[in-house]
Amino acid sequence: MNMAMSSLPLARRQCEIRIGADFFIADASGALWHEAERTLVFADLHLEKGSSFARRGMLLPPYDTTVTLAALSATMAHFAPRRVVSLGDGFHDGDGAARLSVDCRATLRTLQLGRDWVWVAGNHDPRAPAGLPGDHAPACQVGGVAARHEPRHGAPGLEGEIAGHLHPVAHIAARAGGLRRRCFATDTRRCVLPAFGTYAGGLDLRHKAFANLFDLARLQAVVIGERRIHLFDAPAVIGARRA
Amino acid sequence: MGRQDEPSLLPSRFASWFAARGWAPRSHQLELIDKARQGRSVLLVAPTGAGKTLAGFLPSLIELSRAPLPSPGVPPGTERRRKRRLHTLYVSPLKALAADVKRNLETPVEEMGLPIRVETRTGDSSAAARQRQKSAPPDILLTTPEQVALLLAAKESRELFGSLERIIIDELHSLVVSKRGDLLALDLARLKAIAPSPACVGLSATVREPDALRLWLGATTARGSKPVGGSLADLVAAGGAAPADLSILRTKTTLPIAGHITSYALPEIYAAIRAHKMSLVFVNTRMQAEFLFQALWRMNEDALAIALHHGSLDASQRKRVEAAMAQGQLKAVVCTSTLDLGIDWGDVDLVINVGAPKGASRLMQRIGRANHRLDEPSKAVIVPSNRFEALEAEAALEAVEEAAQDTPDARSGALDVLAQHVLGVACGDPFLADELYDEVISAAPYAKLERSSFDAVVDFVATGGYALRSYERFAKIKKGQDGRWRASTAGVIQQYRMNVGTIVEAAMLKVRIGRLRAARPGAPAATGILQRTGRKLGEVEEYWAEQMTVGDTFAFAGEILRFEGIIEDEVVASRARAGTDPKIPSYEGGKFPLSTFLAARVRAMLANPSSWAKLPEEVAQWLVWQDEHSLLPEYEGLLVETFPRGGRHFLVAYPFEGRLAHQTLGMLLTRRLERARLRPLGFACNDYGIGVWALGDMGLAVAQGRLSLDDLFSQDMLGDDLEAWLAETALMKRSFRACAIIAGLIERRHPGHRKTGRQVTISTDLVYDVLRTHEPGHILLRAAREDAATGLLDLKRVAVMLSRIRGRIRHKGLERVSPLAVSIVLEIGREAVFGEARDEMLAQAEAELMQEALS
Repeated sequence: MNMAMSSLPLARRQCEIRIGADFFIADASGALWHEAERTLVFADLHLEKGSSFARRGMLLPPYDTTVTLAALSATMAHFAPRRVVSLGDGFHDGDGAARLSVDCRATLRTLQLGRDWVWVAGNHDPRAPAGLPGDHAPACQVGGVAARHEPRHGAPGLEGEIAGHLHPVAHIAARAGGLRRRCFATDTRRCVLPAFGTYAGGLDLRHKAFANLFDLARLQAVVIGERRIHLFDAPAVIGARRA
Repeated sequence: MGRQDEPSLLPSRFASWFAARGWAPRSHQLELIDKARQGRSVLLVAPTGAGKTLAGFLPSLIELSRAPLPSPGVPPGTERRRKRRLHTLYVSPLKALAADVKRNLETPVEEMGLPIRVETRTGDSSAAARQRQKSAPPDILLTTPEQVALLLAAKESRELFGSLERIIIDELHSLVVSKRGDLLALDLARLKAIAPSPACVGLSATVREPDALRLWLGATTARGSKPVGGSLADLVAAGGAAPADLSILRTKTTLPIAGHITSYALPEIYAAIRAHKMSLVFVNTRMQAEFLFQALWRMNEDALAIALHHGSLDASQRKRVEAAMAQGQLKAVVCTSTLDLGIDWGDVDLVINVGAPKGASRLMQRIGRANHRLDEPSKAVIVPSNRFEALEAEAALEAVEEAAQDTPDARSGALDVLAQHVLGVACGDPFLADELYDEVISAAPYAKLERSSFDAVVDFVATGGYALRSYERFAKIKKGQDGRWRASTAGVIQQYRMNVGTIVEAAMLKVRIGRLRAARPGAPAATGILQRTGRKLGEVEEYWAEQMTVGDTFAFAGEILRFEGIIEDEVVASRARAGTDPKIPSYEGGKFPLSTFLAARVRAMLANPSSWAKLPEEVAQWLVWQDEHSLLPEYEGLLVETFPRGGRHFLVAYPFEGRLAHQTLGMLLTRRLERARLRPLGFACNDYGIGVWALGDMGLAVAQGRLSLDDLFSQDMLGDDLEAWLAETALMKRSFRACAIIAGLIERRHPGHRKTGRQVTISTDLVYDVLRTHEPGHILLRAAREDAATGLLDLKRVAVMLSRIRGRIRHKGLERVSPLAVSIVLEIGREAVFGEARDEMLAQAEAELMQEALS
């Protein structure tokens, strides 16, 4: 009975997807989970984006890092990962780690305790974040699948690819008007993760940046709704021309 | 009138110039010269064609013509020349108007040989010209509110405006109702603080409350004295124009019960255009303009030159239409409010207002576009598109006859605009908080601003105003040792200059011709990439474009287009095959909701059957049927009908508070009905009423006492229910976005790189969510909330209505739809009202429903 109780919300919040030769769980938080390796992958945290803008005269509310870390804590508490991969753009800029508030730094260090942590390099943070533990690498492997920040051009090799960088959002045309939601974009060879960060914007799946990355016949969007995730096939989200 | 006996008011040079033109100075023109002599500020209220602009400038021309000048024949440099200093500042809402005024001023200046330099300054002026104007200003500068703000934020502001004698503000009635007016009011307060005692002249169309405008201009303050709050400029009213020749179009075809496209009256509209020299055909929305333009061309057997003009068209296309109008090459222009204001583009002899006028003052303004000669009547016809609109048209007609106005109430100044102003002041002229606060509250819209709000705004400008004080090191303005706040870096000043102004356009996407090309030869079409191949047609709102799917057809820029997709900030569309009916968009809803004033008149008319005689027969009959089958809405109260239909239960109410207020009401009612377990499914509304449909029997619930209408419509719905709704509505995010941009939280553009609307939309939504969670009391949320109250959500009107109807709700349980409810039920699923085939379907549905109502 207990199991039935807990499996109901689970089923709604997660969805199994294939990437390359392995299977992963796409979570409604926006993170990707590999059960056998107990590895949690999330992309584009963009920590300290608020203060990065503030430096340039746009004084955005300084709560983004707190909110992102809270979401991260909740997801990690749920999965209890052995290894965590930040798939690039963990910080919005190279000095981001230095601007962390005392509280946020403490929260992040606590999250890093007792597990492996990989900072994959992103275009916003090509170097290791100053003063924080964890390995820094241009790419890594999760369940035999290559994980890197920017997806490579063209179709990935047979081993598959997990990437971030593009911040995919799906636009669903509904009767009452359009809805825009973060999503995983996947065609079983490649999966582009949604951005996890609070202030990370989104790029519509119809954007040309996605055009050559996916086999459109197999493209699915795992769309993150308010309380659950939804699956859409390509025509619903990219509006492919009707035959 | 007595002033005409005082020829001394007009110097001989001017008197002979008037005489040479065969003119006599009008009394209000002389009165303004008299007021100028006494150094008074004046509000001049005059109808179009009364020589308002010349009246405003005559005192300046006279004063400048008397200034000491080098005598002719003396070589320059041998005598001390009058140093040219800025004497008169003219501010207009339209830059085209500034250019037009310059042309009109050049005539008297040249013909009288006056030594006066007149220049315009707009966003289009060259950087060199703008720089020179700061160091060597003209005598008279014609400009826009944004440019005034920029000049005040410049280091040279005290030098430039120190000698200012006169400030003329044109189209004041249209400025004061907007955030641009707030900004200009703050700038005016600044100008009064800099210049010793400038006289302010406001030029305005007739308004409901001239005192509000007189207060806005304020009285002239004596040199060195503190501004006196609440003092009024003098009022000068020009003689009335000849009464307008205004009528309601009567057609052979019966007026439909619902719909907004007025296709029933096309033959009569076309005939009227043919019978006049040049007609302006006003509609309320861009979509109506597109539809009407298409429809007129389909029947245009005489190949009349009919053009289209609306704000979403490409600027070059609009300019071509305006030029053709000015040259008298056009027979008619179908336009939206873009031509409400401004310049006389040509010899317009007929104004056709298609659709309901929505407001009496707006209608009068539009009528004024025809025939700019004061002594001849302007000719205009109103074409209502449905029966409710016929009532509204009749009410508007009476209001125009009585010259009753319904211009909006005076605004209270927006906090986001104040934030922009505070930053501007800190850029040009470091300020003491105490002094600036006194200056700000001397501006009428900000008279009631609390000191704590002012301080919160300063704190916001400096470091964002967050409880978490983590941005001290990034402060945009800093208080120096002298206690003065100044911009902290040159970058901040540049950022201010790039973001000045209060006009925030909806996130727009360009519309360009192009098509989907296969990515690789032989690849399935679905993997194609969009290519932009053709010209740019104009812009559409992003939120509207995003609801389309590939293959949808829509009318735009006078063509039927097929939606192909969105790439970056452009909608790519191809030309649809000839004969295609546009499927999307539906009528978007009137931009302007029905004014409170007209709504009250419509309610009064409904409640008084003896007034129905003047209505078209089918409208009067419709009301008789309503009386027989249900009840007539009362003047003060609220009629609520319930009836079953098609397996659903309907609740229809008639508040007459305009579409925006009804939409808000609809959201709140459905929440409450949901809580009462009546399972509401949706709602529809128009300017006059609202209908909710549900699975639960609402009529039975009322009859059994399970649902109390007094509770359902009680004022407390503006409490928790409203809060819960605001948390999720996109409308609130749109309000917030505008505030965030105006207040400088988000940049509209970076130096050297334009941020697109799409990017801005994304980030302000995220920022809004974070701010709501972490600082619900933040000053920008307050600003967005205040905007929503009078803007997109019209909360103020909902509140006033709820209090009006308290204890006056009448319920009528019916077996079937009532005659009035037909018009609201027909609003459901209205996406089908575009195109003529749809129209027939609608007509059929209407006939069936009416049959049902009367059975």
